[in-house]
Amino acid sequence: MVRYIFKRILMMIPVVLGISFIIFFTMNLTPGDAAISLAGDSATPETIEAIREELGLNGPLVVRYMRYLWNVLHGNFGNSYNNGQPVVTEIMARFPYTFRLAVFSTLFACLLGIPIGIISAVKQYSVLDTSMVGLALVLTSLPGFFIGLLLILVFSVYLGLLPMIGMSTLAEHIMPCMAAGTGTFASMVRMTRSTMLEVIRQDYVRTARAKGVPERKVIFKHSLKNALLPVVTAIGLQLGMAMGGSIAIEQLFSIPGLGQLTVTAIRQKDIPVAMACIMMTAIMISLANLIVDILYYFIDPRLKAQFAKRKKAAT
Amino acid sequence: MKKTEKGMAASQGRFQKKSEWRVILKRFCRNRLAVFGIIVFTIIVLLVIFADFYMDYDADALTMHIELQYASPSPEHIFGADRLGRDYFARVIYGGRVSLSIGLLTVSLALLIGGSIGAVAAYFGGALDNILMRIMDIFLAIPSTLMALAIIATMGSSSVGTLVMALGVVQTPRMARIVRSAVFGVKDADYIEAARACGTKNARIILRHIIPNAMGPILVQATQTMSRVILIIAGLSFIGLGIAEPTPEWGSMLSVVKTQMRYYPHLAIAPGVVMGLTVLSITLIGDGLRDAMDPRLRN
Repeated sequence: MVRYIFKRILMMIPVVLGISFIIFFTMNLTPGDAAISLAGDSATPETIEAIREELGLNGPLVVRYMRYLWNVLHGNFGNSYNNGQPVVTEIMARFPYTFRLAVFSTLFACLLGIPIGIISAVKQYSVLDTSMVGLALVLTSLPGFFIGLLLILVFSVYLGLLPMIGMSTLAEHIMPCMAAGTGTFASMVRMTRSTMLEVIRQDYVRTARAKGVPERKVIFKHSLKNALLPVVTAIGLQLGMAMGGSIAIEQLFSIPGLGQLTVTAIRQKDIPVAMACIMMTAIMISLANLIVDILYYFIDPRLKAQFAKRKKAAT
Repeated sequence: MKKTEKGMAASQGRFQKKSEWRVILKRFCRNRLAVFGIIVFTIIVLLVIFADFYMDYDADALTMHIELQYASPSPEHIFGADRLGRDYFARVIYGGRVSLSIGLLTVSLALLIGGSIGAVAAYFGGALDNILMRIMDIFLAIPSTLMALAIIATMGSSSVGTLVMALGVVQTPRMARIVRSAVFGVKDADYIEAARACGTKNARIILRHIIPNAMGPILVQATQTMSRVILIIAGLSFIGLGIAEPTPEWGSMLSVVKTQMRYYPHLAIAPGVVMGLTVLSITLIGDGLRDAMDPRLRN
């Protein structure tokens, strides 16, 4: 098991490096020089050069990338162009909000979406199945922020039940997480239903039924375990997407998360902050994928067997 | 002798292709949801394309009419008017023009770049395939909105051109993957072998024999990309980094209505529902095509 996890972590390194490389180069292609715009119109060439030196903008791009990487590995994402503060403190203050939003929205989507998907598959073509499939189809066609607007309209404006903005108290969590989670919810329903339907038609399920295994056991033990594998992968991907994809939700509910910071940084051309936000999100996504890979090891006996066999062969 | 052979092969090829597509069309038409999708999509596209015939872009969608401020929906103004008295129906329809054209351009760009990468990778295989696909994998690991944001941040302004560029680059890896696997499916077929034996050039084999036969999954992917892109554009405009006022766009229209919603809920519902219908219809068409081309996938 340690070997498997170690291998996954090793495989993550080139991906993260690649991402940082792409983002660094994309964001440093910016036309115009940050040092010139920071120094103002009346600056002498010497001042501009000094600022450039201070910001680490001198030298070839590759050297700057290496320097940036070195600093990032030491937990230093540079200072904001805007207020000169270290980027790390700002990000750490914002991160919990985005993290909570991503985790709770995905949790909401799974806790609701997977059972509905299972029931839909078991009772295929029932009223519940068709209405849920229809609902999932409609929900995938609507952006989360529109769902959020509708939720605000119903629960805050008309019913006055939930607060319109913020995400500190429990009540404030409900609408943002629902809005951010509906897309995931819809894809969970669709995915669980289709993998479940596939598994139910397998021969081993028919065998189990023929042997007289109780229906409940057939569904939970024989089918569900196999059907959940691709669903778990999807959860990881969705969790990753939620880390970077709920910027609009943060904006709508005025949540001071990473997404808001990213948007402000891009608007103000604060490249270190924008880059750190995007890098941070990308790393979180890779981590989510890593966790899924590790989870896979525990739920897929084939993988376990494969690694155990290799171990045996080696000894 | 050679000529007649060629002619025969050509006529046979045409015959086969036609009948296959006819079967697909027949299956597609039997799918009620897909037919619904295509009807809705056609209506929206016709309304958007011929908007200039029944509306005036400048006068209806851009010019302020303060006397009409927050007018309620009426026969003259189906969706009412917004805070500047602009006809909301006109803005929703012209917003559709922006979204659909950016979507179409993006899909074309992604198809062009991603398609070439995928086709080359699959056709030549080996180390080239490995290198190209690993690069695509890395791009795939960055969520599309973030990558688009990075490109927009670099380019400075967010015009239609920037958005198409950013979104096109973002959608390229997925397209490359689909094209690669589609090409892989056909590249070892006997007719490709035959073409190669005849001494046909690589480029011609890819363009004339492989691409047309691998078209199915690519088409389905194109519809999915289209609906995804429409949602991303709306999201970017909603956070203020996409299409900005006064140009009408669904996302940016939705971003200003939060405070007005209490009294004028239709201002939020109209653009959202039209956007939802557009995306839904494209998704239904894509699903219908997929099922029609491979009925085994349907459950």
